[in-house]
Formats: sequence, structure tokens, C-alpha cells
Amino acid sequence: MFEAILSFLPRAIAQGIPLLYGSTGEIVTQKSGNMNLGIPGVMYVGGICGVIGAFLYEQSLPSPDAINSFLAVLIPTLFCLLGSLLMGLLFCFLTVTLRANQNVTGLAMTTFGVGFGNFFGGSLVKLSGADMPFLALSATSNCFKVTLPFADKLGVFGDLVFGYSFLVYLAIAIALIASFLINRTRTGLHLRAVGENPNTADAAGINVNLYKYLATCIGCMIAGLGGLYYVMDYAGGIWANNAFGDRGWLAIALVIFTIWRPNVGVLASFLFGGLYILHMYIPSGMNLAVKELYKMLPYVVTIIVLIISSLRNQRDKQPPQSLGLPYFREDR
Amino acid sequence: MNKTRQPLFHIVKRGETPWYFGWGVRAISIVLALLCCGLITTLVTGENPFQFFATVIDGSFGSSRKFMVLLQNTAMLLCIALALTPAFKMRFWNIGGEGQALAGALAAAACMILMKDLPNLVVIPCMVVTSLLAGAVWGAVPAFFKAKFGTNETLFTLMMNYVATQIVAYFSVVWENPKGSGSIGVINPISKIGWFPDLFGSKYALNIIIVVLVTVGMFIYLNYTKHGYEISVVGESERTARYIGIKVEKIVIRTMLISGAICGLAGLLLVGGTNHTLNSAIVDGRGFTAVMVSWLAKFNPIWMVLTSFLLVFLQRGAGEIATDFGLNASFGDILTGVILFFIIGGEFFITYKLILTKSSKKEEK
Repeated sequence: MFEAILSFLPRAIAQGIPLLYGSTGEIVTQKSGNMNLGIPGVMYVGGICGVIGAFLYEQSLPSPDAINSFLAVLIPTLFCLLGSLLMGLLFCFLTVTLRANQNVTGLAMTTFGVGFGNFFGGSLVKLSGADMPFLALSATSNCFKVTLPFADKLGVFGDLVFGYSFLVYLAIAIALIASFLINRTRTGLHLRAVGENPNTADAAGINVNLYKYLATCIGCMIAGLGGLYYVMDYAGGIWANNAFGDRGWLAIALVIFTIWRPNVGVLASFLFGGLYILHMYIPSGMNLAVKELYKMLPYVVTIIVLIISSLRNQRDKQPPQSLGLPYFREDR
Repeated sequence: MNKTRQPLFHIVKRGETPWYFGWGVRAISIVLALLCCGLITTLVTGENPFQFFATVIDGSFGSSRKFMVLLQNTAMLLCIALALTPAFKMRFWNIGGEGQALAGALAAAACMILMKDLPNLVVIPCMVVTSLLAGAVWGAVPAFFKAKFGTNETLFTLMMNYVATQIVAYFSVVWENPKGSGSIGVINPISKIGWFPDLFGSKYALNIIIVVLVTVGMFIYLNYTKHGYEISVVGESERTARYIGIKVEKIVIRTMLISGAICGLAGLLLVGGTNHTLNSAIVDGRGFTAVMVSWLAKFNPIWMVLTSFLLVFLQRGAGEIATDFGLNASFGDILTGVILFFIIGGEFFITYKLILTKSSKKEEK
């Protein structure tokens, strides 16, 4: 039993990290009043841009052994950030500058992003001339997977706490920093004001559009890292089309589940990661069908939280008030 | 001395514009989008851009079969878009079309499988009733919580999609055929119980006719009935609606029952009419695309025929390009995304206009 839990926890955490990136990014975005339903697409774009970067770098090397681990991490990360930044700028341009409907823009971005990921993923597979329908960048992935050297020596505790790669700790750090910034600083106060009531914020001299742009773009870059983590670390550098699945939507579910608090998101994402893979650990024997029902759990839990938070109707546990609404100064 | 920095232009809301102005702007966005798509295809494949348009048209009109598939896909997308429209008009963001249609599809497939020994005369009415009911229930659950407690409907309906997907995945294993395949093959391939009849020698004809009827019905419902009026009042201003004595909660739940039921109808048509099978990908993302179809047509059922046709036409065309040039099938999604971005951006110029700021010197003169 203890053994099972020990093998379960790290995997739950590994599953949870992409969700944590996605939800932290989306919380930052939603705090500015922008509801970015394009996050699943952004995460695909982040993932594939990292893959493109890694692919180009690996191709430019004379031999796989000549890999410089610093560059191998830096290049894909920069590509990933750039790709997700462009997606964020696109969303902002359409919804903030052109005041388009956020739901429609977000869904279009998801269609585009998932298509973009699968298209370039598929094309790179062809370019690399592999027989298999996926792309393996194991050399780059190994650089991403470097763990702390003393992790192995600390036994069970070391594996559980120190046995992860830097992207895992980065995700937790970003979530905690985001939480601090949103709740404890003046910038965060302004950001929340923009999300709650842009009219008031504008009257108080806050540059509403600037805040919306910054929050959404930074949010997208954070979410994009989730895609990068998934491909480079979790999947071992293997890009297969549609492998990322519906994790992007799960990240949005996590936003509601944590009631817009990134610090809670750290533990909640591990919980969701656990729920996501729970079906592999439930002894169901030959009855494969039940496993499909277990996969439903994260969504059902989210719905329940959504209902309960609206039932209790506490003022500090609500979505930002102007979430999803465009702001036009002359429109009152 | 005026030292404050003046922006180059400012944005003003347009007043009344003639109806053709909006459609002119949209037509320009679509043309620009198509040019952009042609350019992207040229960059990726190295073909000349004219070839792009020729291939797109060939993908939809190349043969009578391709044309019928085009019409069928348009009809299905249109059906879900029509279903979502009354909810959208009420400012209820129902993005759960996918789940509601899946619920309908599941109910229809369940009838076909469980009543395979009964005659069609019994099975088909049962399928119709259960799938409409299943869709309606799936839509009404978020509506109930929205009406009673103000639960965020966008996120609720979104989550309901995946609950439905997993339930369908569950039943796909329970009813797997043959055993061990993990999927439901064609249901009742020999007895054809629960299969809708072919009309004019095509299995698509009945679906298309039904959707045409739904389109007309929805147009009349929204524009010429008391219900339609109530929906638009609730959408414009909930407070006004309450003030003039409309029970908002009732309208929200009733409208979502209708919305869900029509989504269920789409699921029914997919299972009973064309696919004769069930899997969790049967709705194929139409629940999401339909949101855009409905919004692009400004919630007008007649224009929706055009927008859904346009999107399906482009998807089929992009698919044809993908196969012709040996590209990945996801190329179609990229092109769809680009086109949507152009159209979404174009909407701005219908509502607002940019006015160049005259320099302050001129104003002084």
C-alpha cells in the first residue's frame, strides 16, 4: 500500500504541473477581466514552439553528443515563450484593442493553436524522416530532466521532494509569486481593480488596457511553459499529435476549483493530476469501462466547486466581476 | 502651449448603419482572410495561390458525393448553431453544445442497441423522444443553477462537455462490438433497426431537410413569437425584464431546455441518420465551432446558413489541400483559425470607427 502511494504521488505531481502552469496563467489573465478560453491552444503552441526550437538546435549539431545542455534548455524555452507571447498578443489585440467577444476569440484561438501544434508536429515528424508517427527529441529532453544531484541519496524523501526537474519547481515558484503579486502588492491591487470594475480603475488613473495586455500576455507565457514541460519532461521529448489532450480545459477547471488563488493551485493541481491518473491505480480487474468513468472525476469535482461557490455567495470567492466583458471608456 | 501628447486617432462608436454596410465589411474580412490563407498555403507548399482556390473548390464541389458531404456537414453544424442561438440571445453563454449533442447521440444509440428486436415503428419514435430529452436535460442542469444561484454558465456548460464525453466513452466500452475492440461498430448493420430511411437515394437528404425545417422554425420562434420576444428582453436587460413582469428564471430554464433539445436532435441525426454508431468524437468539435457560427451571423438563423456553409466549405477545402499536398490534416484547423481571426477583427469596424485626431493648430484656426 505504502509502495503504491509512493509511486502514485510523483506521477500525480508530474501530471499536475502542466495544469498548474495553465491555471496560474489563466488566473493572472482572468484577474484582469479577460477570460481566455484559448489557453488549451496556447499550451499546444507553447509545446510545439519548444519542440521546433529543440529540433532546430539538434539538427544544427554535428552529433548528438555535442549538445550543450545550457543552450538545449534555453533555446526551446525562448521559442516557447515567444510563441505563447504571440498568441497572447493576438488575443489582446482582438479582445482589448478591437473589443471582440472573448469567448469566440478564445475558442478560435484554441482551434488555431491545436491545429498549429498538430500541423507542425506532423510536419516535423516527416522532416525528421522517422518511421514512427511521433518525434523524439530525447537528447534535449535529457537536459530538461536534470534533477538535483543529491536527490538520489536522500532515499524516499529525496525522491518525493527533490526528485523533479527545474520546470516543476519553477511552476510552483511562479504560482507562489503570482499569488503574492496579486494579493499583496499595489500592482496586484490595480490588476484586481481592472478585473472587478474597469470604469473605477480607469477613473483612478490606472491604465486599463496596459494592465489587460500585460496580464494576458504574461498569463499566456506561463501557460505556454506548461506545454513545454509536458513535451520535454513528462513525455520525454516525444511529440505525438493530440497527446496533450484536454489538459488545457482541465487547467481552466482548476482556475475555478481554486477560486482564483494560484497558491492553492499548487496543491489543487497535484490533486487534479492524481484524479487524472487515478483510473490507472483503481483495481477494476477486467472491467475497463469503469476507468472511463474515473476520468470524469476532475470535471465533476469542478462542477461541484462551481456550484458550491455560487451557493455560498461570499464576496471574496467570486469570479472577477467584469470577467469576459470588453471595456470601452465611452460606453457607460 | 499645448504639451499634452495627443493620440494619432480616437475611436468612436458608429451610429445607425445601413444593413449592407456590416455585410460589406464582413465580405472584405473574408476576402482578406482567404488571401491570407492562400499566402500561407503558398508558403507551406510552394504551389501558386490560384491552385489553392481551385483545390478548395474541388474539395467541396468536385463530385456529387463530396457535395452531399458538404451539405450534410453544413446541416449538422447549422443545427447545433441554431440550438445555441436562443441561449446566446439571452446572453447565456452555452458552450456546452458538444456535450448536449453527445447526450442526444448516446440516447439514440442506447435505443438502437437495447431495442434491437423491436420494429422500426417503435424504435425510431423512442430514439427521437429520448435523445431530445437527454439533450434538454444536459442543457437545463447548468441553466437551473444559473437561474437559481447565478452559477457561471460558461464554465459549467464547458465542464458538462467532458462529463458527457466520458459517459459516452464508458458506454463505448460497455457496448463494444466486437468484444475487446473498445469501440461500438456499426449498430444493427443487417436488421437496420433505428436507421433513418434514405430519401432520394441518399442517407443525407433527411437530415438536411430536417435542419432546413429547424432553421425556419427557429427564425420564426425568435422573431415572431412571445417566447422569442421574452428571450431578447432578458438578453438586453435583465432588470427591464423583471420590471415588466417576465420571470427571468423561468425563461432561462425554458430556453436552455429548447437549446439542449435541439443539440440532442443534432446528436440523434448523427447517430440515426448518418453514422449509425457512437463514439466520443462523433460531434467532432462542432459544439465549439457552432458558437462561432452563431456569433458571426449575429444570432440570425438565416445568415447562419451562410456562415456555417462558409466554415464547412473552407474546412473541406483545407482538408482537400492537406491530402493533395501530403500535409497533415490539421492544416484545416490553422486555416479556419486564421479566417475566424479576420472575421472577429472585422467586427470592430462595423461597430466603431477610427477618427484621425486633427492637430490642435487646425482647431484653433
